[in-house]
Amino acid sequence: MSRYETVIGIEVHTQLLTRSKMFCGCPNDYAGAEPNTHVCPVCLGAPGMLPVVNETALRYGMMAALALNCTIPEFSWFERKNYPYPDLVKGFQLTQYSYPIGSHGQVNIGTDAEPLRVRINRVHLEEDTAKNTHVTNAAGESYSLVDCNRAGVPLMEIVTEPDMHSPDEAVAYLKKLRDILVFLGIANGRMDEGAMRLEANISVRTPEEAEAGVLRPRCEVKNLNSFENVRAALVYEVKRQAQVYDRGERVRQVTMGWDLEHGRTVVQRSKEEAQDYRYFPEPDLPPLRFTAAEVDAVRAGLPGRRHEIVSRYQQVLGLDAYRAELLAQSPAFAAYFDAALAVCPQAERVANLLLGDFMAEVNDRRMDMESTAGLPPAAETAELARQWEAGEVTGPQVKQLLPRLFDTGEGVEAAKAALGIRVVGAADELTPIIEDVLAANADAVEKVRAGQDKVFGFLVGQVMKATRGQADPGTLNRLLREKLGVAG
Amino acid sequence: MSELSALTLEQAAAGLRAREFSSVELTQAVLDRIGSVEPDVRAYLTVTADEALTNARAADQRLRNGGASLLCGIPGGIKDLIATRGIQTTAGSRILEGFKPPYNAFVIEQLRRDGYVLAGKCNLDEFAMGSSTENSAYQVTHNPFALDCVPGGSSGGSAAAVAAEEAFFALGTDTGGSIRQPASLCGVVGLKPTYGRVSRWGVIAMASSLDQVGPLARTVRDAAIVLGCIAGRDELDSTSTTRPVPDYLSACERGVKGLRVGVPKEYFIDGMEPAVEQAVRAAIAELVRQGAVPVEISLPHTDYALPTYYVIVPCEVSANLARFDGIRYGVPQPGETMWEAYANTRGSGFGAEVKRRIMLGTYALSAGYHDAYYVQAQKVRTLIKRDFEEAFEQVDVIACPASPSTAFPIGAKTEDPVQMYLADIFTLAIPLAGLPARAYEAASEWSHSQCRERLQVGGAQ
Repeated sequence: MSRYETVIGIEVHTQLLTRSKMFCGCPNDYAGAEPNTHVCPVCLGAPGMLPVVNETALRYGMMAALALNCTIPEFSWFERKNYPYPDLVKGFQLTQYSYPIGSHGQVNIGTDAEPLRVRINRVHLEEDTAKNTHVTNAAGESYSLVDCNRAGVPLMEIVTEPDMHSPDEAVAYLKKLRDILVFLGIANGRMDEGAMRLEANISVRTPEEAEAGVLRPRCEVKNLNSFENVRAALVYEVKRQAQVYDRGERVRQVTMGWDLEHGRTVVQRSKEEAQDYRYFPEPDLPPLRFTAAEVDAVRAGLPGRRHEIVSRYQQVLGLDAYRAELLAQSPAFAAYFDAALAVCPQAERVANLLLGDFMAEVNDRRMDMESTAGLPPAAETAELARQWEAGEVTGPQVKQLLPRLFDTGEGVEAAKAALGIRVVGAADELTPIIEDVLAANADAVEKVRAGQDKVFGFLVGQVMKATRGQADPGTLNRLLREKLGVAG
Repeated sequence: MSELSALTLEQAAAGLRAREFSSVELTQAVLDRIGSVEPDVRAYLTVTADEALTNARAADQRLRNGGASLLCGIPGGIKDLIATRGIQTTAGSRILEGFKPPYNAFVIEQLRRDGYVLAGKCNLDEFAMGSSTENSAYQVTHNPFALDCVPGGSSGGSAAAVAAEEAFFALGTDTGGSIRQPASLCGVVGLKPTYGRVSRWGVIAMASSLDQVGPLARTVRDAAIVLGCIAGRDELDSTSTTRPVPDYLSACERGVKGLRVGVPKEYFIDGMEPAVEQAVRAAIAELVRQGAVPVEISLPHTDYALPTYYVIVPCEVSANLARFDGIRYGVPQPGETMWEAYANTRGSGFGAEVKRRIMLGTYALSAGYHDAYYVQAQKVRTLIKRDFEEAFEQVDVIACPASPSTAFPIGAKTEDPVQMYLADIFTLAIPLAGLPARAYEAASEWSHSQCRERLQVGGAQ
């Protein structure tokens, strides 16, 4: 047991899923694009170009701020953060400095019964930089390439207070934050492709210092592109700092990188080298004003909180945690599920349909459940579930019907008529078919009667095949067992 | 045909409509005039003769079809700070030598919509920093009325081109007097519109919170025609106003009877040239003769305008000019390291005044100085604005000199930047307040509040 308490604060940068960039009309989605193809004079910082604020990004900023229980200021503005570097095309970055879009928030990373609150210092909007690639060619010349596709992509920074006291708590916060942002539909949470970037500030202190509210110098660790890296870097730093103090030395306030290969932190620059960014309000943009009515409208449009939806699915509908989480993967999916339940209240059946054949269809079509565009009406999907539950269609028929519902947008009844689908459920219709199958499979009949129950399934399959999947499974089972004289 | 170039814009427009001459003839007359006087005046950095004649032929077609605007077929000069698609736009700086923007400024699109003819790009102080056009990296422009004197600046090329009949109008930009002071020194009309009246999109920024595009012309009515064309909301300039554009030309018809003309005592100072004071007093007397009412007023924070201006402007300059690194456009210079390449590019690409302002602004925004300079200057700016708001409770317009002197000799002030800054002493305060102002031939300057309809004051000149 270390004699030090750990103190962690987290900074997260996340790109926002707007269609266009923060201050120009260029497409935001640049993944896989040829370098410098998603650019225009504005995001290249050409002479005389002016920024125009992306209203959707502002709304996303407000959504995040509200979901993190932040206060939204009445007025805000963008400021110029000045520093020269080739990835910064204007020589300054536009960012909300004095008045972030959200401040004084908090998020609970514990449970309702045992809350563990992490305070949010600020949520602010800014623009992403271009991407530099350092190259050394075969001749040994080294140079840098600048790709401006990323320049001007809307970026949101979320900074906590130093409220986390273990690497586990830090990771719990990050997971919670990512869930919230992804669920709001404003970020994709992808760390591997740099859409979500993590930085941790860490220091240690004695219990006495904790009591007195004193903080020791902190180290900032950057380049953390997975939760596991965050955990590993924090575990390493806690140990390193404790050892430094135990040797009677001091921890210097520095910015560090995480060296994944060697599993250690590496100093990048010290506090003495900290830059003076010479912030001042961007004169090319008038101040932003957030009226109470605007904020209320955004608040009203927020989806329910994800964990509340998950717990409702578990407690009210009796679904297991795994399926509840999957159904609440996006506000759109949860809303679709809820709408289906209104038509077919059998939650188990609807959940199984949605998470099974329905999701397979969505995936095959390379669609996603972030929006309901292109999906069959929820009422028809629910009707399909209801008919399945009631034995009016069979499992194989569900598989046949779903693509048609996706393709045509028509109702279940129309699709059934078009595909000639019906259920062969009457005994007088099924009995002769069963008799034919049994006659043709004498070997199998022998085996079943000898107690090889697995072979029973084979016979069921043969009858299904003979009815082109239209046999009602319940009736089929009952009749087949009667004929074979075996118990179910 | 060269006498055609001496017409006013309005006369030329009337002649085109009456089929007395074509736009091609009018344009050729201006090109001929440029050919004969340009060796002495040097108002243009680029003369776009081919473009001009192409524009003129298109304009003649539009004129034949009828319904063309007053600017259709009229050659104008454009300050080389304003982006013109495919045509070199240098800002008067080496760092942008050869830069051909792939876009037109909003004001250029407006002029093109009306069918104007681009005669060429006018000389200026580098990045509009200066009051004599001597800071141009390319050439010195001479005052057409006194060739050994400066035309003023920074829109000196625009003022000289209009004065020398090398264009019927020109566009300039004004940050602290860069339209009005050269208009005054060259004896033409120059108007700095209210901040936000004209889009800055495509206008290379010096100080974004002050820069404004405006017309220079030989008559008030001509300037009104041009302003009517370029003014208006631009969705791509968030600081442009949504207020409707009034009919400036018909506003020129109104008289000045009953107009309350404020005469600020702080603008008639010791050390100004007697000729300037005489001319301004005479102009005010003429207004009074026509029925205007003179009112002595005070703008108590006038003395602070110059220091305030020279804090705010360099601060914004230091950020606005950071983008000129030679990487994406402009003239790069190699270096052993990235920082050396930056230093070489900017060190050789920028002139002394530009470097001076970048350094001043960087200093004024730095930690430890930020509050004492930038924040304090913004507070004083508010006080200056309030001076004007209070004054406009008593008066409709304010009349004062635009420059403390008439045109001064070339080279007279280049050694002392502060002397050069003082050339703008009477024009700096008005943009700090966001107000419009107009300079006239009498070397007098009119500024007026939001009452844009009062523009007819100018008509009385």
